[in-house]
Amino acid sequence: MALHRGRGFAAINYPIGMNLGGDPSQALVHSNPEGKFTVALSSIDLGQGMKSVTRQIAAETLGVPVEDVYVDTADSDTGPHCMGSFASRGTHRVGNAVIEAAQEARAVMLEAAAEELEVDAGDLVTDGRGSIHVKGAPSRAITTMAACQAAQFRQGRTVSGRGIFLIPLSEVDPDTGEMTPVSCFAHAAMLVEVEVDDETGEVRVLDMQSAYEVGRALNPRLVEQQLVGGAWMGMSHAAWETTEPRYPDRAHGPVDFNSYLMPGPGDIAPHHISVLERPAPDGPFGGKGPGEMCANPVLPAVCNAVYDAVGVRIDELPVTPEKVLRGIRANGGARPRGRL
Amino acid sequence: MAKKPVTFTLNGAERAAFADDGENLLQFLRRGVGDLGPKYGCGQGSCGACTVLVDGAPHLSCLMLAEAVAGRRVETVSGLARDGALHPLQEAFMDGFAAQCGYCTPGMLMAAKALLDRNPRPSRDEVVEAIGGNLCRCTGYAPIIEAILAAAERRATA
Ligand code: FES
Ligand code: FES
Repeated sequence: MALHRGRGFAAINYPIGMNLGGDPSQALVHSNPEGKFTVALSSIDLGQGMKSVTRQIAAETLGVPVEDVYVDTADSDTGPHCMGSFASRGTHRVGNAVIEAAQEARAVMLEAAAEELEVDAGDLVTDGRGSIHVKGAPSRAITTMAACQAAQFRQGRTVSGRGIFLIPLSEVDPDTGEMTPVSCFAHAAMLVEVEVDDETGEVRVLDMQSAYEVGRALNPRLVEQQLVGGAWMGMSHAAWETTEPRYPDRAHGPVDFNSYLMPGPGDIAPHHISVLERPAPDGPFGGKGPGEMCANPVLPAVCNAVYDAVGVRIDELPVTPEKVLRGIRANGGARPRGRL
Repeated sequence: MAKKPVTFTLNGAERAAFADDGENLLQFLRRGVGDLGPKYGCGQGSCGACTVLVDGAPHLSCLMLAEAVAGRRVETVSGLARDGALHPLQEAFMDGFAAQCGYCTPGMLMAAKALLDRNPRPSRDEVVEAIGGNLCRCTGYAPIIEAILAAAERRATA
Protein backbone atom coordinates (compact mmCIF):
# COMPACT_ATOMS: atom_id res chain seq x y z
CA MET A 1 0.00 0.00 0.00
CA ALA A 2 1.04 3.55 -0.54
CA LEU A 3 -0.11 7.04 0.34
CA HIS A 4 -0.31 9.38 -2.61
CA ARG A 5 -0.36 13.13 -2.36
CA GLY A 6 -2.13 15.27 -4.87
CA ARG A 7 -3.07 18.89 -5.38
CA GLY A 8 -6.26 20.19 -6.96
CA PHE A 9 -7.40 23.61 -7.98
CA ALA A 10 -10.79 25.16 -8.65
CA ALA A 11 -12.00 28.66 -9.39
CA ILE A 12 -15.59 29.86 -9.42
CA ASN A 13 -17.73 32.80 -10.40
CA TYR A 14 -20.55 32.91 -7.98
CA PRO A 15 -23.83 34.71 -8.75
CA ILE A 16 -25.34 36.62 -5.83
CA GLY A 17 -29.09 36.09 -5.57
CA MET A 18 -31.29 34.61 -8.26
CA ASN A 19 -33.39 35.52 -11.25
CA LEU A 20 -36.78 34.53 -9.93
CA GLY A 21 -39.64 37.01 -9.78
CA GLY A 22 -37.13 39.83 -9.46
CA ASP A 23 -35.80 38.33 -6.20
CA PRO A 24 -37.16 41.17 -4.07
CA SER A 25 -36.67 41.93 -0.40
CA GLN A 26 -38.31 44.65 1.63
CA ALA A 27 -37.34 46.50 4.77
CA LEU A 28 -39.21 48.87 7.07
CA VAL A 29 -37.41 51.25 9.40
CA HIS A 30 -39.00 53.35 12.09
CA SER A 31 -38.00 55.22 15.21
CA ASN A 32 -39.36 54.40 18.62
CA PRO A 33 -40.40 56.98 21.22
CA GLU A 34 -37.02 56.67 22.95
CA GLY A 35 -35.29 57.72 19.75
CA LYS A 36 -33.94 54.33 18.80
CA PHE A 37 -34.66 52.60 15.52
CA THR A 38 -36.25 49.30 14.62
CA VAL A 39 -35.56 47.63 11.31
CA ALA A 40 -38.29 45.14 10.47
CA LEU A 41 -37.31 42.31 8.14
CA SER A 42 -38.62 38.89 7.27
CA SER A 43 -35.13 37.81 6.30
CA ILE A 44 -33.88 35.19 8.69
CA ASP A 45 -30.55 35.08 10.46
CA LEU A 46 -29.37 31.47 10.52
CA GLY A 47 -26.14 32.40 12.22
CA GLN A 48 -24.61 33.90 9.09
CA GLY A 49 -24.78 37.41 10.55
CA MET A 50 -27.74 38.93 8.72
CA LYS A 51 -28.89 40.81 11.82
CA SER A 52 -25.43 42.22 12.54
CA VAL A 53 -24.81 43.36 8.99
CA THR A 54 -28.22 44.92 8.38
CA ARG A 55 -27.87 46.67 11.75
CA GLN A 56 -24.56 48.17 10.66
CA ILE A 57 -26.03 49.19 7.31
CA ALA A 58 -29.06 50.84 8.94
CA ALA A 59 -26.94 52.69 11.52
CA GLU A 60 -24.50 53.92 8.89
CA THR A 61 -27.30 55.18 6.64
CA LEU A 62 -29.37 56.74 9.39
CA GLY A 63 -26.27 58.34 10.89
CA VAL A 64 -26.92 56.99 14.37
CA PRO A 65 -24.85 54.74 16.68
CA VAL A 66 -25.14 51.03 15.93
CA GLU A 67 -26.36 50.53 19.52
CA ASP A 68 -29.44 52.59 18.65
CA VAL A 69 -30.62 50.15 16.00
CA TYR A 70 -32.53 46.98 16.64
CA VAL A 71 -33.18 44.52 13.83
CA ASP A 72 -36.38 42.57 14.21
CA THR A 73 -36.69 39.46 12.07
CA ALA A 74 -39.31 37.92 14.26
CA ASP A 75 -42.20 37.02 12.04
CA SER A 76 -42.42 36.48 8.29
CA ASP A 77 -46.23 36.52 8.50
CA THR A 78 -46.40 40.11 9.67
CA GLY A 79 -43.04 41.50 8.53
CA PRO A 80 -42.32 43.05 5.13
CA HIS A 81 -41.82 40.47 2.41
CA CYS A 82 -38.49 38.79 1.75
CA MET A 83 -37.70 35.95 -0.66
CA GLY A 84 -35.60 34.29 2.03
CA SER A 85 -32.15 33.51 3.34
CA PHE A 86 -30.57 31.56 0.49
CA ALA A 87 -28.70 32.08 -2.76
CA SER A 88 -26.19 34.19 -0.81
CA ARG A 89 -28.61 37.06 -1.32
CA GLY A 90 -29.02 38.43 2.19
CA THR A 91 -26.36 41.11 2.39
CA HIS A 92 -26.87 42.26 -1.18
CA ARG A 93 -30.66 42.26 -1.54
CA VAL A 94 -31.73 42.96 2.02
CA GLY A 95 -28.84 45.37 2.59
CA ASN A 96 -29.97 47.48 -0.37
CA ALA A 97 -33.57 47.45 0.87
CA VAL A 98 -32.40 48.58 4.31
CA ILE A 99 -30.43 51.45 2.79
CA GLU A 100 -33.50 52.69 0.92
CA ALA A 101 -35.72 52.44 3.99
CA ALA A 102 -33.13 54.07 6.26
CA GLN A 103 -32.61 56.94 3.82
CA GLU A 104 -36.32 57.75 3.87
CA ALA A 105 -36.43 57.58 7.67
CA ARG A 106 -33.30 59.70 7.93
CA ALA A 107 -34.86 62.39 5.74
CA VAL A 108 -37.87 62.64 8.07
CA MET A 109 -35.60 62.70 11.12
CA LEU A 110 -33.64 65.60 9.61
CA GLU A 111 -36.85 67.48 8.73
CA ALA A 112 -38.04 67.07 12.30
CA ALA A 113 -34.67 68.28 13.59
CA ALA A 114 -34.75 71.22 11.17
CA GLU A 115 -38.14 72.28 12.44
CA GLU A 116 -36.92 72.19 16.05
CA LEU A 117 -33.70 74.07 15.26
CA GLU A 118 -35.45 76.45 12.86
CA VAL A 119 -32.95 75.77 10.11
CA ASP A 120 -33.03 74.16 6.68
CA ALA A 121 -32.93 70.34 6.71
CA GLY A 122 -30.42 70.47 3.85
CA ASP A 123 -27.90 72.12 6.18
CA LEU A 124 -28.01 69.35 8.76
CA VAL A 125 -25.55 66.52 9.26
CA THR A 126 -25.41 63.58 11.67
CA ASP A 127 -22.28 62.76 13.66
CA GLY A 128 -23.01 59.04 13.98
CA ARG A 129 -22.90 59.38 17.74
CA GLY A 130 -26.49 60.42 18.37
CA SER A 131 -26.39 64.08 17.45
CA ILE A 132 -27.60 66.20 14.53
CA HIS A 133 -26.08 69.62 13.93
CA VAL A 134 -25.86 72.41 11.40
CA LYS A 135 -22.97 71.84 9.03
CA GLY A 136 -20.03 73.90 10.28
CA ALA A 137 -21.84 74.89 13.48
CA PRO A 138 -21.66 71.94 15.88
CA SER A 139 -23.28 73.90 18.68
CA ARG A 140 -26.54 74.28 16.72
CA ALA A 141 -27.43 70.72 17.60
CA ILE A 142 -30.19 68.40 18.68
CA THR A 143 -29.92 64.76 19.66
CA THR A 144 -31.40 62.16 17.34
CA MET A 145 -33.55 61.13 20.28
CA ALA A 146 -34.92 64.65 20.76
CA ALA A 147 -35.57 64.99 17.04
CA CYS A 148 -37.46 61.69 16.91
CA GLN A 149 -39.42 62.58 20.01
CA ALA A 150 -40.33 65.98 18.61
CA ALA A 151 -41.58 64.27 15.45
CA GLN A 152 -43.59 61.84 17.49
CA PHE A 153 -45.02 64.07 20.20
CA ARG A 154 -45.14 67.58 18.74
CA GLN A 155 -45.00 67.50 14.97
CA GLY A 156 -47.11 64.41 14.31
CA ARG A 157 -44.68 62.83 11.87
CA THR A 158 -43.60 59.23 11.61
CA VAL A 159 -39.84 58.92 11.41
CA SER A 160 -40.03 55.91 9.17
CA GLY A 161 -39.02 54.59 5.80
CA ARG A 162 -39.80 51.85 3.31
CA GLY A 163 -37.30 50.05 1.18
CA ILE A 164 -37.36 47.39 -1.48
CA PHE A 165 -34.65 45.98 -3.68
CA LEU A 166 -35.58 44.26 -6.88
CA ILE A 167 -33.72 43.32 -10.00
CA PRO A 168 -36.26 43.13 -12.83
CA LEU A 169 -36.72 39.60 -14.09
CA SER A 170 -34.53 38.88 -17.09
CA GLU A 171 -36.24 36.90 -19.85
CA VAL A 172 -34.31 34.72 -22.25
CA ASP A 173 -33.87 36.28 -25.69
CA PRO A 174 -35.59 33.76 -28.01
CA ASP A 175 -33.13 34.43 -30.85
CA THR A 176 -29.81 34.45 -29.07
CA GLY A 177 -30.61 32.62 -25.83
CA GLU A 178 -29.05 35.53 -23.99
CA MET A 179 -30.20 36.74 -20.61
CA THR A 180 -28.87 38.74 -17.69
CA PRO A 181 -29.93 36.72 -14.72
CA VAL A 182 -27.46 38.21 -12.28
CA SER A 183 -26.10 41.68 -11.61
CA CYS A 184 -23.38 40.79 -9.18
CA PHE A 185 -20.78 38.03 -9.03
CA ALA A 186 -18.43 37.03 -6.26
CA HIS A 187 -15.36 34.95 -6.99
CA ALA A 188 -13.19 32.36 -5.35
CA ALA A 189 -10.17 30.20 -6.03
CA MET A 190 -9.04 27.26 -3.97
CA LEU A 191 -6.03 24.97 -3.85
CA VAL A 192 -6.42 21.75 -1.88
CA GLU A 193 -3.84 19.16 -0.96
CA VAL A 194 -5.00 15.60 -0.26
CA GLU A 195 -3.52 12.26 0.66
CA VAL A 196 -5.09 9.15 -0.85
CA ASP A 197 -4.53 5.67 0.54
CA ASP A 198 -4.52 3.28 -2.42
CA GLU A 199 -5.29 0.29 -0.20
CA THR A 200 -8.33 1.68 1.65
CA GLY A 201 -9.39 4.37 -0.81
CA GLU A 202 -9.51 6.91 2.00
CA VAL A 203 -8.96 10.54 1.18
CA ARG A 204 -7.63 12.98 3.74
CA VAL A 205 -7.60 16.71 3.10
CA LEU A 206 -4.28 18.03 4.40
CA ASP A 207 -4.36 21.69 3.57
CA MET A 208 -6.56 24.31 1.92
CA GLN A 209 -5.48 27.63 0.48
CA SER A 210 -8.05 30.02 -0.83
CA ALA A 211 -8.77 33.48 -2.07
CA TYR A 212 -12.31 34.81 -1.85
CA GLU A 213 -13.44 38.03 -3.49
CA VAL A 214 -16.51 39.18 -1.59
CA GLY A 215 -17.07 42.79 -2.58
CA ARG A 216 -16.55 44.93 0.50
CA ALA A 217 -16.34 42.85 3.67
CA LEU A 218 -18.96 44.79 5.63
CA ASN A 219 -18.07 42.91 8.79
CA PRO A 220 -14.64 41.34 8.27
CA ARG A 221 -14.81 38.99 11.25
CA LEU A 222 -18.20 37.65 10.17
CA VAL A 223 -16.88 37.17 6.65
CA GLU A 224 -13.89 35.23 7.92
CA GLN A 225 -16.12 33.16 10.17
CA GLN A 226 -18.38 32.27 7.27
CA LEU A 227 -15.48 31.38 5.01
CA VAL A 228 -13.88 29.07 7.58
CA GLY A 229 -17.13 27.32 8.43
CA GLY A 230 -18.46 27.22 4.88
CA ALA A 231 -15.27 25.82 3.38
CA TRP A 232 -15.27 23.07 5.94
CA MET A 233 -18.86 22.33 4.97
CA GLY A 234 -17.69 22.06 1.36
CA MET A 235 -14.94 19.68 2.38
CA SER A 236 -17.48 17.66 4.29
CA HIS A 237 -19.74 17.44 1.25
CA ALA A 238 -16.78 16.46 -0.89
CA ALA A 239 -15.67 13.61 1.32
CA TRP A 240 -18.51 12.49 3.55
CA GLU A 241 -21.96 13.97 3.49
CA THR A 242 -24.84 12.81 1.37
CA THR A 243 -28.54 12.29 1.86
CA GLU A 244 -28.47 9.64 -0.86
CA PRO A 245 -28.15 6.04 0.23
CA ARG A 246 -24.74 4.53 -0.46
CA TYR A 247 -26.51 1.46 -1.81
CA PRO A 248 -29.40 1.71 -4.16
CA ASP A 249 -32.27 1.31 -1.78
CA ARG A 250 -33.96 4.24 -0.05
CA ALA A 251 -34.17 2.17 3.10
CA HIS A 252 -30.40 2.43 3.41
CA GLY A 253 -30.47 6.21 3.38
CA PRO A 254 -29.16 8.06 6.39
CA VAL A 255 -31.73 8.89 9.05
CA ASP A 256 -29.55 10.09 11.92
CA PHE A 257 -26.05 11.26 12.80
CA ASN A 258 -24.86 7.68 13.06
CA SER A 259 -25.48 7.07 9.37
CA TYR A 260 -25.25 10.63 8.02
CA LEU A 261 -21.52 11.14 8.13
CA MET A 262 -20.30 14.47 9.38
CA PRO A 263 -16.69 15.04 10.28
CA GLY A 264 -15.82 16.09 13.79
CA PRO A 265 -13.22 18.51 15.12
CA GLY A 266 -10.46 15.95 14.54
CA ASP A 267 -11.07 15.87 10.80
CA ILE A 268 -10.48 19.48 9.84
CA ALA A 269 -7.56 20.70 7.78
CA PRO A 270 -5.70 23.99 8.09
CA HIS A 271 -7.22 26.62 5.83
CA HIS A 272 -5.31 29.72 4.75
CA ILE A 273 -7.64 32.41 3.49
CA SER A 274 -7.09 35.64 1.63
CA VAL A 275 -10.06 37.95 1.40
CA LEU A 276 -10.04 40.27 -1.59
CA GLU A 277 -12.31 43.28 -1.48
CA ARG A 278 -13.54 44.78 -4.73
CA PRO A 279 -16.66 46.74 -3.85
CA ALA A 280 -19.68 45.84 -5.98
CA PRO A 281 -21.19 48.89 -7.76
CA ASP A 282 -24.74 47.78 -6.93
CA GLY A 283 -23.98 46.30 -3.51
CA PRO A 284 -24.81 47.93 -0.17
CA PHE A 285 -21.59 49.84 0.64
CA GLY A 286 -20.03 47.55 -1.97
CA GLY A 287 -20.94 44.31 -0.23
CA LYS A 288 -21.73 41.11 -2.13
CA GLY A 289 -22.07 38.15 0.22
CA PRO A 290 -19.84 35.15 0.81
CA GLY A 291 -22.72 32.75 1.53
CA GLU A 292 -22.76 29.49 -0.32
CA MET A 293 -19.66 30.42 -2.26
CA CYS A 294 -17.59 29.50 0.81
CA ALA A 295 -18.34 25.84 0.21
CA ASN A 296 -18.48 25.62 -3.57
CA PRO A 297 -14.84 25.60 -4.74
CA VAL A 298 -13.80 22.93 -2.26
CA LEU A 299 -15.73 20.15 -3.99
CA PRO A 300 -14.16 20.38 -7.46
CA ALA A 301 -10.77 21.13 -5.93
CA VAL A 302 -10.88 17.92 -3.87
CA CYS A 303 -11.95 15.89 -6.93
CA ASN A 304 -9.10 17.38 -8.94
CA ALA A 305 -6.66 16.65 -6.12
CA VAL A 306 -7.77 13.00 -6.00
CA TYR A 307 -7.20 12.80 -9.76
CA ASP A 308 -3.78 14.32 -9.30
CA ALA A 309 -2.95 11.85 -6.52
CA VAL A 310 -4.11 8.53 -7.98
CA GLY A 311 -5.45 9.24 -11.48
CA VAL A 312 -9.06 8.51 -10.60
CA ARG A 313 -11.67 10.90 -11.96
CA ILE A 314 -14.61 10.99 -9.52
CA ASP A 315 -17.71 12.53 -11.08
CA GLU A 316 -20.25 11.79 -8.39
CA LEU A 317 -20.09 13.14 -4.86
CA PRO A 318 -19.13 12.40 -2.20
CA VAL A 319 -15.69 10.99 -2.88
CA THR A 320 -16.12 7.75 -0.93
CA PRO A 321 -13.33 5.20 -0.37
CA GLU A 322 -15.36 2.74 -2.42
CA LYS A 323 -15.45 5.01 -5.49
CA VAL A 324 -11.73 5.68 -5.19
CA LEU A 325 -10.89 1.99 -4.89
CA ARG A 326 -13.12 1.01 -7.82
CA GLY A 327 -11.45 3.70 -9.89
CA ILE A 328 -7.96 2.53 -8.91
CA ARG A 329 -8.90 -1.05 -9.76
CA ALA A 330 -10.37 -0.05 -13.13
CA ASN A 331 -7.11 1.71 -13.94
CA GLY A 332 -5.07 -1.32 -12.93
CA GLY A 333 -3.52 0.50 -9.99
CA ALA A 334 -2.89 3.99 -8.70
CA ARG A 335 -1.63 6.32 -11.40
CA PRO A 336 -0.25 9.40 -9.72
CA ARG A 337 -0.22 12.14 -12.32
CA GLY A 338 3.24 13.18 -11.21
CA ARG A 339 4.47 9.88 -12.64
CA LEU A 340 2.46 9.97 -15.87
CA MET B 1 -47.27 7.24 35.02
CA ALA B 2 -45.38 7.24 38.27
CA LYS B 3 -43.50 10.38 39.08
CA LYS B 4 -40.39 10.38 41.20
CA PRO B 5 -39.08 13.34 43.18
CA VAL B 6 -35.48 14.13 42.29
CA THR B 7 -33.42 16.40 44.52
CA PHE B 8 -30.14 17.63 43.13
CA THR B 9 -27.94 20.70 42.81
CA LEU B 10 -28.34 22.73 39.62
CA ASN B 11 -25.64 25.30 39.02
CA GLY B 12 -24.98 25.59 42.73
CA ALA B 13 -28.59 25.82 43.90
CA GLU B 14 -30.57 23.06 45.56
CA ARG B 15 -33.45 21.94 43.31
CA ALA B 16 -36.25 19.43 43.53
CA ALA B 17 -38.65 18.39 40.80
CA PHE B 18 -40.71 15.42 39.72
CA ALA B 19 -39.35 13.24 36.97
CA ASP B 20 -41.55 10.97 34.88
CA ASP B 21 -40.73 7.31 34.98
CA GLY B 22 -37.85 6.71 32.59
CA GLU B 23 -37.51 10.40 31.71
CA ASN B 24 -34.08 11.37 30.51
CA LEU B 25 -32.08 14.15 32.11
CA LEU B 26 -32.34 16.44 29.08
CA GLN B 27 -36.14 16.38 29.05
CA PHE B 28 -36.22 16.67 32.81
CA LEU B 29 -33.99 19.75 32.80
CA ARG B 30 -35.80 21.45 29.93
CA ARG B 31 -39.43 20.59 30.69
CA GLY B 32 -39.47 19.73 34.38
CA VAL B 33 -36.96 22.24 35.72
CA GLY B 34 -37.22 24.88 33.01
CA ASP B 35 -33.50 25.14 32.19
CA LEU B 36 -33.45 25.56 28.42
CA GLY B 37 -29.64 25.75 28.25
CA PRO B 38 -28.95 22.16 27.20
CA LYS B 39 -30.16 21.57 23.64
CA TYR B 40 -31.87 18.63 21.98
CA GLY B 41 -29.94 17.77 18.83
CA CYS B 42 -30.47 14.07 18.20
CA GLY B 43 -31.72 12.42 21.37
CA GLN B 44 -29.48 9.43 20.78
CA GLY B 45 -26.03 10.40 21.93
CA SER B 46 -24.42 11.41 18.66
CA CYS B 47 -24.30 15.22 18.61
CA GLY B 48 -23.27 16.50 22.05
CA ALA B 49 -25.67 19.48 22.05
CA CYS B 50 -27.16 18.23 25.32
CA THR B 51 -23.85 17.99 27.20
CA VAL B 52 -24.05 18.87 30.90
CA LEU B 53 -21.66 18.25 33.77
CA VAL B 54 -22.57 15.83 36.53
CA ASP B 55 -20.18 16.04 39.48
CA GLY B 56 -17.82 17.87 37.14
CA ALA B 57 -17.72 15.25 34.40
CA PRO B 58 -19.37 15.73 30.98
CA HIS B 59 -22.44 13.64 30.28
CA LEU B 60 -24.86 13.45 27.39
CA SER B 61 -28.05 14.34 29.20
CA CYS B 62 -30.22 12.72 26.53
CA LEU B 63 -28.74 9.34 27.46
CA MET B 64 -28.93 9.70 31.22
CA LEU B 65 -31.93 8.97 33.40
CA ALA B 66 -33.15 11.97 35.35
CA GLU B 67 -33.21 10.07 38.61
CA ALA B 68 -29.52 9.24 38.21
CA VAL B 69 -28.65 12.81 39.27
CA ALA B 70 -30.39 12.51 42.64
CA GLY B 71 -28.07 13.98 45.25
CA ARG B 72 -25.52 14.98 42.62
CA ARG B 73 -24.17 18.22 41.23
CA VAL B 74 -25.43 19.22 37.77
CA GLU B 75 -23.95 22.14 35.82
CA THR B 76 -25.43 23.54 32.62
CA VAL B 77 -24.51 26.44 30.38
CA SER B 78 -27.12 28.55 32.19
CA GLY B 79 -24.86 28.63 35.26
CA LEU B 80 -21.64 29.60 33.49
CA ALA B 81 -22.01 33.37 33.82
CA ARG B 82 -21.77 34.54 37.42
CA ASP B 83 -23.17 37.83 38.72
CA GLY B 84 -23.50 39.19 35.22
CA ALA B 85 -19.90 38.32 34.31
CA LEU B 86 -19.38 35.86 31.50
CA HIS B 87 -17.23 32.79 32.08
CA PRO B 88 -13.77 33.07 30.44
CA LEU B 89 -14.83 30.41 27.95
CA GLN B 90 -17.88 32.44 26.96
CA GLU B 91 -15.69 35.53 26.58
CA ALA B 92 -13.28 33.59 24.40
CA PHE B 93 -16.08 32.17 22.25
CA MET B 94 -17.43 35.67 21.75
CA ASP B 95 -14.05 37.23 20.95
CA GLY B 96 -13.15 34.35 18.64
CA PHE B 97 -16.45 34.33 16.71
CA ALA B 98 -16.79 30.68 17.75
CA ALA B 99 -20.57 30.54 17.38
CA GLN B 100 -22.80 31.08 14.38
CA CYS B 101 -26.28 29.62 14.85
CA GLY B 102 -25.23 28.78 18.41
CA TYR B 103 -27.07 25.50 18.66
CA CYS B 104 -23.96 23.47 19.49
CA THR B 105 -22.53 26.17 21.77
CA PRO B 106 -24.07 25.11 25.12
CA GLY B 107 -22.66 21.60 24.64
CA MET B 108 -19.31 22.86 23.39
CA LEU B 109 -18.95 25.20 26.35
CA MET B 110 -19.74 22.49 28.88
CA ALA B 111 -17.41 19.95 27.27
CA ALA B 112 -14.72 22.62 27.26
CA LYS B 113 -15.37 23.57 30.88
CA ALA B 114 -15.00 19.95 31.98
CA LEU B 115 -11.68 19.84 30.16
CA LEU B 116 -10.27 23.07 31.57
CA ASP B 117 -11.43 22.23 35.09
CA ARG B 118 -9.31 19.10 35.12
CA ASN B 119 -6.59 20.18 32.68
CA PRO B 120 -6.04 23.95 32.72
CA ARG B 121 -3.40 23.94 29.95
CA PRO B 122 -4.58 21.41 27.39
CA SER B 123 -2.79 20.79 24.10
CA ARG B 124 -4.64 21.28 20.85
CA ASP B 125 -5.09 17.52 20.54
CA GLU B 126 -6.57 17.35 24.00
CA VAL B 127 -9.05 20.07 23.09
CA VAL B 128 -10.01 18.22 19.92
CA GLU B 129 -10.50 15.05 21.92
CA ALA B 130 -12.60 16.80 24.57
CA ILE B 131 -15.07 18.14 22.00
CA GLY B 132 -14.77 15.08 19.75
CA GLY B 133 -18.35 14.05 20.51
CA ASN B 134 -19.81 17.47 19.76
CA LEU B 135 -20.98 18.19 16.24
CA CYS B 136 -21.06 21.70 14.80
CA ARG B 137 -22.68 22.49 11.50
CA CYS B 138 -21.55 26.07 11.11
CA THR B 139 -18.08 26.96 12.33
CA GLY B 140 -15.79 24.30 10.91
CA TYR B 141 -14.58 23.75 14.49
CA ALA B 142 -11.35 25.74 14.08
CA PRO B 143 -12.72 28.88 15.81
CA ILE B 144 -14.06 26.74 18.67
CA ILE B 145 -10.74 24.98 19.19
CA GLU B 146 -8.92 28.33 19.09
CA ALA B 147 -11.36 29.86 21.56
CA ILE B 148 -10.89 27.05 24.08
CA LEU B 149 -7.11 27.35 23.79
CA ALA B 150 -7.38 31.12 24.17
CA ALA B 151 -9.51 30.77 27.31
CA ALA B 152 -6.94 28.42 28.83
CA GLU B 153 -4.14 30.79 27.90
CA ARG B 154 -5.95 33.79 29.32
CA ARG B 155 -6.67 32.02 32.56
CA ALA B 156 -3.04 30.93 32.90
CA THR B 157 -1.69 34.43 32.36
CA ALA B 158 -4.38 36.25 34.35
S1 FES C 1 -29.13 15.38 22.02
FE1 FES C 1 -27.83 14.26 23.32
S2 FES C 1 -26.18 13.76 22.05
FE2 FES C 1 -27.56 14.71 20.67
S1 FES D 1 -22.59 27.22 15.64
FE1 FES D 1 -24.19 26.28 14.52
S2 FES D 1 -23.94 24.20 15.07
FE2 FES D 1 -22.20 25.11 15.94
